[in-house]
Amino acid sequence: MRIPLSWLREYVDLPATETGRDVQAKLISAGLEVETVEHLGADLKGPLVVGQVLTIEELEGFKKPIRFCTVDVGRAGGASQVFGSGGGTGEPQEIVCGARNFAVGDKVVVVLPGATLPGGFSISARKTYGKTSHGMICSSDELGMGDDGSHGIIVLPPETEVGKDAIELLELVDEVLDIAVTANRGDCLSIRGVAREAAIAYGLPLRDPALLDVPGPNAFGYPVKVSDPAGCDRFTARTVTGLSPEARSPIWLQRRLQKVGMRPISLAVDVTNYVMMELGQPLHAYDRNLVQGTIGVRRAEEGEKIVTLDGVERKLHAEDLVITDDRGPIGLAGVMGGANTEIADHDASGNGGNATTDVVIEAAHFDQVSVARTARRHKLSSEASRRFERGVDPQAAAAAAQRTVDLLVLLAGGTAEAGVTEVVAPAAPHTVTVAADHPDKVAGVTYGRETVVRRLQEVGCDVYGQDELIVTVPSWRPDLTDPNDLAEEVIRLEGYENLPSTLPRPPAGRGLTARQRLHRRVGRALAGAGYVEAPNYPFVSEQVFDQLGLDADDPARRVVKLVNPLSDEEPALRTSLLPGLLGALRRNDGRGSHDLALFETGLVFQPRDERGVAANLPVDRRPSEADVAALNAALPDQPRHVAVVLAGAREQAGWWGRGRPADWADAVEAARTVAREAGAGLGIRKGQYGPWHPGRCAELTVTVDGAERVIGHAGELHPRVLKTLGLPARSCAMELDLDVLERVGDDTPQAPGISTFPVATQDVALVVDAFVPASDVEAALREGAGALLESIRLFDVYENAEQLGEGRKSLAYALRFRANDRTLTVDEASAAREAAVALAGDRTGAVLRS
Amino acid sequence: MSAPNKSYDPVEVEALKPEEIERMRDEALAAFAAADSLDALQEAKVAHTGGTSPLALANREIGALPPHAKADAGKRVGQARGAVNKGLAARQAELEAERDQRVLVEEAVDVTLPHDRVPAGARHPLTTLSERIEDVFVAMGYEVAEGPEAEAEWFNFDALNIGPDHPARGEADTFFVQGPEGGTESGVVLRTHTSPVQIRSLLDRELPVYVICPGRVYRTDELDATHTPVFHQVELLAVDEGLTMADLKGTLDHMVQSLFGAEMKTRLRPNFFPFTEPSAEMDMLCYVCKGASVGNPDRPCRTCSSEGWIELGGCGMVNPRVLTACGVDPEKYSGFAFGFGIERMLMFRHNVEDMRDMVEGDVRFTRPFGMEI
Repeated sequence: MRIPLSWLREYVDLPATETGRDVQAKLISAGLEVETVEHLGADLKGPLVVGQVLTIEELEGFKKPIRFCTVDVGRAGGASQVFGSGGGTGEPQEIVCGARNFAVGDKVVVVLPGATLPGGFSISARKTYGKTSHGMICSSDELGMGDDGSHGIIVLPPETEVGKDAIELLELVDEVLDIAVTANRGDCLSIRGVAREAAIAYGLPLRDPALLDVPGPNAFGYPVKVSDPAGCDRFTARTVTGLSPEARSPIWLQRRLQKVGMRPISLAVDVTNYVMMELGQPLHAYDRNLVQGTIGVRRAEEGEKIVTLDGVERKLHAEDLVITDDRGPIGLAGVMGGANTEIADHDASGNGGNATTDVVIEAAHFDQVSVARTARRHKLSSEASRRFERGVDPQAAAAAAQRTVDLLVLLAGGTAEAGVTEVVAPAAPHTVTVAADHPDKVAGVTYGRETVVRRLQEVGCDVYGQDELIVTVPSWRPDLTDPNDLAEEVIRLEGYENLPSTLPRPPAGRGLTARQRLHRRVGRALAGAGYVEAPNYPFVSEQVFDQLGLDADDPARRVVKLVNPLSDEEPALRTSLLPGLLGALRRNDGRGSHDLALFETGLVFQPRDERGVAANLPVDRRPSEADVAALNAALPDQPRHVAVVLAGAREQAGWWGRGRPADWADAVEAARTVAREAGAGLGIRKGQYGPWHPGRCAELTVTVDGAERVIGHAGELHPRVLKTLGLPARSCAMELDLDVLERVGDDTPQAPGISTFPVATQDVALVVDAFVPASDVEAALREGAGALLESIRLFDVYENAEQLGEGRKSLAYALRFRANDRTLTVDEASAAREAAVALAGDRTGAVLRS
Repeated sequence: MSAPNKSYDPVEVEALKPEEIERMRDEALAAFAAADSLDALQEAKVAHTGGTSPLALANREIGALPPHAKADAGKRVGQARGAVNKGLAARQAELEAERDQRVLVEEAVDVTLPHDRVPAGARHPLTTLSERIEDVFVAMGYEVAEGPEAEAEWFNFDALNIGPDHPARGEADTFFVQGPEGGTESGVVLRTHTSPVQIRSLLDRELPVYVICPGRVYRTDELDATHTPVFHQVELLAVDEGLTMADLKGTLDHMVQSLFGAEMKTRLRPNFFPFTEPSAEMDMLCYVCKGASVGNPDRPCRTCSSEGWIELGGCGMVNPRVLTACGVDPEKYSGFAFGFGIERMLMFRHNVEDMRDMVEGDVRFTRPFGMEI
C-alpha cells in the first residue's frame, strides 16, 4: 500500500518537521513494514508554470513531426535570458515540442530555462530543429508523476489559471511510504487505517474520514435482495443521477490516485477508487440504465457465465458469490464487476454507446473466505478481492457510499437520490475475554492492567472488567480474535524494542542422534578423501532414466511428480542423486575444472505402492496416532542417499612423478569409506546395473536382519551413458542408501587386544582362475589361517599367460601372525599359513605359485 | 676364527703382550682418525671394536693366562679398549658435527615446491553453516529434529494455523505433488518451510520441547542472483511452561553473539505469521559496521546498505492454536519459534554475491570453505 504523506497528514496532525523517514521509523516500530520512502520531486526545481498555447507552427522536413509553439506563461514569460531569475517580462515563450496531443488554446505545463526536472535534467534555452526553444512543454513522465494514460504532454483543465506554479498545482513534491501490509491487516490497505496507526504511534488524535453524516436507510432506495446473508452480511446501495458526461477528475484527485499507484480512468471510476483508497471499502458503480430490475446477491448456478470488466468470459462455480440483476450475474461479488453494466465515460461512448449519467453505488461486505476462494478459482486478484480477503470494516460501508455520492455530486454535478438501501444481517460485536495480566505473561514484562487497558482502547477496543477483561474489538480489526492477538497489540505499542533479553533453561539435551552424527562424519570423511560437496536440486526429467540406461521396469523409474514444476522438462523428483551430481560434474568440466571428485548426500523420493491422498485433519485437537500414520503413509519414501562422481586425475602429476587417473577402484573405495564411518560391514561383489560399465561395476550389499540386501553400486560409468550425458571419458560413480547403512552400522567399535609379542610375517602367492574374486580368496585365507592371523593384505596382482597359463592370475598376500601370550615359532606361523592356503585351495582352486 | 684358549699355558700369549696391545690400540685410533665419513667410521668401528676385532680377540685370550697374569693383562686390555671407545666416540662426534654442518646442508630441498597431489576436498558451506548454528543450540540443550521434504499439507499448513483459505497459503508459492494416477490432489507438497518439523516434534516428543530444525525447503521461485527454488532454513521451537517473548529475545541475542561476536544484538519488529502470535521480524546488528554507517555517508557499509541492521527472519510466540492442534494445552504451555534462511546468512557472513554460486556446485566456490565454518 502506497501512502502519500500529504494525504496522511489530512487525518493526523503530524508535526510539520517530520520527514517520510521519521514516519517510516515510527510505523515500523508500531508494526507496519514500511519498505521504502519515495521522495517525489526531490530534485525538482522551477520555474514550472501553467501556460496556454497561443500558436502552433508545424515544422516540416524532419524525421518526425515537430511543432514550434508560442505559449503564454503569464508573468513568468520572457525570463529566459535572465537565468533563474523568476519574474519575466510577460512575453510568450517560444518552445519546440515533439508531442501532438494538444491544440491552440490548451492549458499545458511549461518548464522554463533555469529549472531542473526529476533525474537532474537541467533546462536551458537551446537551439533545436532550427529554432531556439525557451523551455519545454511537459509530459507526466518528464515530471515523474506516473502514468496518466495520456501518453503525451499534460493538457490541464481549461479553467486552470495561466502562470500559476505547476509544482504546487500538480502536488509534485511529496513523500510516499510503501507499506507491505501483512495478511491480517486489511484495515491498513487504506489511508484511514494507516492514519490510525500513525495517530497511535504519535499519540495524536485521528480525524476519522469515515465519520460522516449518513442518512438512515429507507424504503425507496434501489431494490436489493440478498439471498445469501452468510456470504454478504451488508449491502448498501445509493443512486446518483445526472452526472455530467463531460466532467473529468480534478487534478488533486488524479494526483492522489497516481501517487498510490493507480491510473486515472474516468470520473466515476476514479471516485470509487479514491474512496476505496481512503476508507478501504471496495465500491462498485453500476450504470443504472444498464441494470435490469432488482440487484441480487446469491451463489452462482452451475453453468452460469459472466464476462468480467477485464473482458474475460468466466464459467462460474456453484460456490462463487455473484451480484445479479433480472438477466443473471452482473458481477463477481467482491472481486470484479461485469462488463454488461460497466459505466462508460464520454471518451468510450464514441462507438454508439451512451455516456453514463446515472449510477448505482454498491458498498457491500462479503465473506473473506468466499472472496478468497472465488479470486483463487478464477485466478483473478483485484484491489477489491485483496481487501475483502484480508478483512474490510463492515461498519464503513455506509460512510464509503456517502463519500462516493458526495464526490460525484461535487465533481460531476450529479444529484443524490434520497433513497438509501441497506441490507444488514444482524451480528453481535465480537468480544474476546482475556486475563488482564495475559500480555505480561506473553511478553515477560509487567505492564500492569492500566497500561493494558489503555493500549487496547487506543486500537479502538471497548474494555470492561478487572482481572478478567471483556474486550470488544473494533469493526475494522476482524483479525483480533484470540487473547494472544490482544497481547500483541499491547506489546507492539509498548515497543518490541523494550522487551528484556532473558534465556530459558532447557532440560539437558542428548546431543546429536547417531544418524545425524553419521551424516556429518560421512561428509567429513569424503571431504577428507578429496571430495567436494555439491548439493543439487532434486528436479529431474523422466528421460534421464533412459540416458542412464535403466531397464524399462527399473523401480527407479517410478517417480513422484509435481503438479506445477518450474520447468516442464523436469517434472519429477529424483530417485537417484546421480542425475544432479553428474550435471554438476559436467558443469565443472565445462568451466575448466577437469580433475573432479564430487559428493552429495540427500533425500530421494520413492512413491509407495499404495498411494493415498493425505487427508486434511482437524486442527482443534491432537490427531490420533492412526491419523498421523495415515498421513505419513501418503508421503513418498524419502531415504537419504550418498553418492560420489569422479573424473580426470585422482592424483595429479607433478614434480614427484606421474599422476593417476580416477578409476573404478576410487569409486568403490568411496563406498568403503562411507561404510567404515557407519561401522557397517559392506559386501562388494561384481554387479551390473544401469549407468555402470558392465565389467567395472561393484554391487554393494549389507546384511539386514539376516538377509542380504543390495544398497548401491560403484565403479566406472558406461561409455554410452558418458557419451549421452556429455561427460568425460572414464568418469566413475558410487551411490548407496545411507539410511540402510546406518541401520546395520555399529557406532561403538570394540577395542582389539594389543599383543606386544613380535610379529611373524609370511608371504604367499596364489594362482587362481582370473574370474575368481580376490575377496573370496582373501576370505578363505582369513578363515583358514585361524586366530593367529593378525592381518592380511593383498600386495600384488599379476597376470602372465606364459608363466601362469591362460586365464590365470597370481595374488600375492602378506600374512601377519601374532599371538597375545607368546612369541610364535616359525613352525607355528608356517602351519597357520599352510592351513590358510589349503582352505583357499579348497574354496577357490588356488594353488601356491611355484 | 680362533677359539678361546681354555688351558693354562705358561707361555705368554703373544696377543697380550703390552706392545701388541698398544699397537692394536694405536691402529684403531689411526683407523678412526682416517675415517672421513660416518659410513667409513662405522666400518672402522666394526673392524676395531667388533666381536672379531684384534682387541676383542685379545680379550678372550685373558682367560688362558695363569691367574697371576690375568689381572695385568685384563687391566691393559681394558685400558686399551677404553681408549679406543673414547677415540671412537670423539671421532663419531666430530663427523656428526661435520655432517650437521655440511652434509645436511647439501641435502637441502626446495620446501616451497607445491604438493597438490590429491587436492583437498570440502563440504558445502550451506551444510557447515547449518551445523554451526545447530551446534550453538545443541550446546544449550536443544536437540536437532528432522522431517520429510515431501510433506503432508496438514503438517505444512493446517496445523500451523494456515487454513485452506488463509491468504498466506496462496502466497506461499508452493510446489504441489501429483496424486495417484497423475491427479492434482495428493494432499502432499514440497515443504515451503521447516515449520512442519515443529509440528512433528510436538507430536513425537515429550514436553518440554526444545528443538532446532534445519533443512531444505522449496518455493516456486526461478533461480536468479537473489532467489532459488530450493533453499535451506533453520527453525527453532521451544515449548515449555512460562516461556515469554523476553526468552525469545534472549535466545536470539545469544545466537547472534555466538555466531558474530559478543557485542552483537537483535531487534524485533512487529510482523504477522499465522503460526506465531505475537509475531516479529528479527534483525541483527550489522556485524561489520555495528551501525556506525547509519547517517554517515563517509562510512558506507555494503553489508547492511548502511541500514545498521541486517534482516534475519521471522519469529514469535507459538500461536496457541498451533499448540492445540498438537494436543498441547495452551493454558499450561507457551512457546516461541524462529526461522531464517541459511543462504541469506551465508551471503552476508561470507560475502557471497550471487545465489547461483551456492547452487551450481562449482568446486572453485566450495573448496575455500573447507570442513567447518
